[in-house]
Amino acid sequence: METVTLTIKNQPDLYLEADNITPDAFAGKKADEIANLHVYVGREQHRLGDFFEVSGNAGATPEETKIVVNGDLSRVKYIGMKMTGGEVVANGNADMYVGAWMQGGKITVNGNVDAFAGTGMKDGELVINGNAGNYLGAAYRGDWRGMQGGKITVKGNAGSDLGTFMNGGEIIVGGDVDVHVATHAEGGKIVIKGNAKSRLGGQMVEGEIYVLGNIDVMMPGFAYREDVDIEMDGIKGRFALYEGDLGERHRKRKGQPIYAKLYQQIGA
Amino acid sequence: MAEYLIKNGFVFDPVLGIRGDQADIAIKDGKIVETNAITNPKVIDAAGKTVMAGGVDIHAHVAGPKVNVGRNFRPEDKLFGYKPRNGIERMQGGFSVPTTIRTGYNYARMGYTTVMEAAMPPLYARHTHEEMRDTPILDQGAYPVFGNNWFVLEYLKNHEIENTAAYIAWLLRATKGYAVKVVNPGGTEAWAWGLNCENVHDPVPYFDITPAQIVTGLIEANEYLGLPHSMHVHANNLGNPGNYTTTLDTFKLSEGIKPKSKFGRDQVMHHTHVQFHSYGGDSWANVDSRAREIMDYVNSHDNITIDMGQVTLDETTTMTADGPFEHHLTELNHLKWANADVELETGSGVVPYVYSPNIKVCAIQWAIGLELALLAKDSSRIFLTTDHPNAGPFIRYPRVMKWLMSEEAREQQFDAFKHKDKVIEATNLAGIGRELDLYEIAQMTRAGPAKSLGLAHMYGGLAPGLEADVAVYDFNPNEPYAPDDIEKAFSNAEHLFKTGVQVVRDHEIASNGNKRTLWVNAKVNENPQVMRDVKEKFLRYYTVTLNNYEVTGHYLPNPYVIEVDATQ
Ligand SMILES: [Zn+2]
Repeated sequence: METVTLTIKNQPDLYLEADNITPDAFAGKKADEIANLHVYVGREQHRLGDFFEVSGNAGATPEETKIVVNGDLSRVKYIGMKMTGGEVVANGNADMYVGAWMQGGKITVNGNVDAFAGTGMKDGELVINGNAGNYLGAAYRGDWRGMQGGKITVKGNAGSDLGTFMNGGEIIVGGDVDVHVATHAEGGKIVIKGNAKSRLGGQMVEGEIYVLGNIDVMMPGFAYREDVDIEMDGIKGRFALYEGDLGERHRKRKGQPIYAKLYQQIGA
Repeated sequence: MAEYLIKNGFVFDPVLGIRGDQADIAIKDGKIVETNAITNPKVIDAAGKTVMAGGVDIHAHVAGPKVNVGRNFRPEDKLFGYKPRNGIERMQGGFSVPTTIRTGYNYARMGYTTVMEAAMPPLYARHTHEEMRDTPILDQGAYPVFGNNWFVLEYLKNHEIENTAAYIAWLLRATKGYAVKVVNPGGTEAWAWGLNCENVHDPVPYFDITPAQIVTGLIEANEYLGLPHSMHVHANNLGNPGNYTTTLDTFKLSEGIKPKSKFGRDQVMHHTHVQFHSYGGDSWANVDSRAREIMDYVNSHDNITIDMGQVTLDETTTMTADGPFEHHLTELNHLKWANADVELETGSGVVPYVYSPNIKVCAIQWAIGLELALLAKDSSRIFLTTDHPNAGPFIRYPRVMKWLMSEEAREQQFDAFKHKDKVIEATNLAGIGRELDLYEIAQMTRAGPAKSLGLAHMYGGLAPGLEADVAVYDFNPNEPYAPDDIEKAFSNAEHLFKTGVQVVRDHEIASNGNKRTLWVNAKVNENPQVMRDVKEKFLRYYTVTLNNYEVTGHYLPNPYVIEVDATQ
């Protein structure tokens, strides 16, 4: 594995659209070639090297390439977008669309990320060691194909609208979440270790939500079924099982509709 | 204006009857002229290349409110698809519902110069014209929809042809429309009552009329006026298994009616996107192709023209004035749905759709469209369309040409289907070896649609006197080529002239052209009853006044009026 280190030296006046910061774009390139990759600020095209100090050469393939990005990245968008392999470590807060549509590899952000991280993610792993903004692992605006696979782990809190149109994969939030969880989801699993507010599973067709803390307001479209014991990925305890969204269409198996499941912890 | 001489190209032109012979085409003052009529032309060396008239699209949804709903509610259709401004090219975006700018440029890149908007809701004619105005290069016209219009339903209930004709003439003038379009006759009005008309004899609620009466009456009124184009219909029961009988029943409504038009067309009915209307079976499990039954009828009745509505196997956006069909579709694919009711006139719906090669029905639809064209005895009566964007985006026309021209290309597609054997079993296509040639393609995309539109005096050919709409493609029909070479060459015209202006030069957009909007001004005898009815309906029902209805002035900065005199 070869490592390329990017250190931000000039902050953009607006925002930097840096979808070229991926192992895929870097693979096979030397430091000076990487510095020549383009970035956009508004409608103006610039070089990556205009904003970042670039050191180290990439590996021959994405899988053999690790990218470390240092500094305040809160005006840098699209880090790791569409990446298929390799590794990205961002040491700082990053702006929107981190790991959007990623298909493989691993991204670690040692800081917070803004909205739309993991949008339309297909596979791979996204670890956020701070907080995540809104629309984590959601679908792009208008699209019905949200997160399809892979795993997103957030150490802190997440904003609203996480897992919108989620179809697969896993989102684990260590802290609290804002409103709208798994809206329109048709699959996948969301674990919220802290508290949730309201509108969990609105128009949800299939998939699972686990909440270890409180839920301010339960959706009226979810019905309580029974209490169950759960032991899974370090989670252990007694949970109340709700099924919904009763107002949505549902597939049937052996004549029985398959509902989305919402588990809320009620005891150890 | 500059003179041009396009020298030594392989010319395919059904109007002149040239089938790939080398010929020179001369351009002067926006028209095609005899080669000895020019003195100092710019010479375009077309040796080894294909030369055709500019393409004519008889049916596409490219402007107006439902197209814009598609743009607005599908941001994902624009994702990663923007192209920034570049020289004279303005910014472009969108895939299946492109911006107006991209619409104009992409048609031009394919060598098309005339495109008809296939369904204009009269109340929103101003919006439709605004979008056409903003679509560069192309000559365009729009068809107002009549098949669910309260005036029409009330007049035709009593078979009042003269009143219907007077109303059509008034509405064409008010909306600056080109032709009489009918979408799911009666069915869209029924949809406002939560119902539909699936067969030509299903009664329309409240109005006490049937689709058959609407269609026949509109054909008669169309011929009473002698409009350039015939009545242009999308029949009832679109997209349903077993619907081919409804289609045949609709075709039969034209029997015994002769065209009465000085514009040179032979048909009294144009039936659009026939692929969607050629299904057998009684469920999606056993749906099969009835293209043979459909084409047997079309081949033996020369007062009909049709277009394909070819499925291109893309993710696209369906949009139609057939409101109940779009509801049916959203129930089927569970994707987002927009629905609108247009007061006394029509309705519409919009739903995204993914034609996947892994889904049997989509593959069957693909085969049926191609069968229609390959079973046609006369390629000048069936036109290449995808009902853009309903069965696929228009940018795929060159891919459709490839499938029509190459059995190898069709076999490659069959091999890519997940349910290949079931598809072959449910269709005829695998047994059809016919490969169309470029002359037949020119019939389907140029001469045929121009004649059907009543515009053979302007478009569709390279005869002196016609508009100088000429495309040059980097394609040598006399050298060996792979199927994909067809698609590549016809997606990317080397040169294109629109009314004598070079709009594509060396594969690049070179000019935004002098776009014109065609409309039909039909003069009829004064009809006080119809004018009284119009006033009364606007007072009683419409949400706008007559003053805010008519399309005038700046909506058509460059109008081209086709005059029709139906006074007698
Ligand atoms: Zn259409």
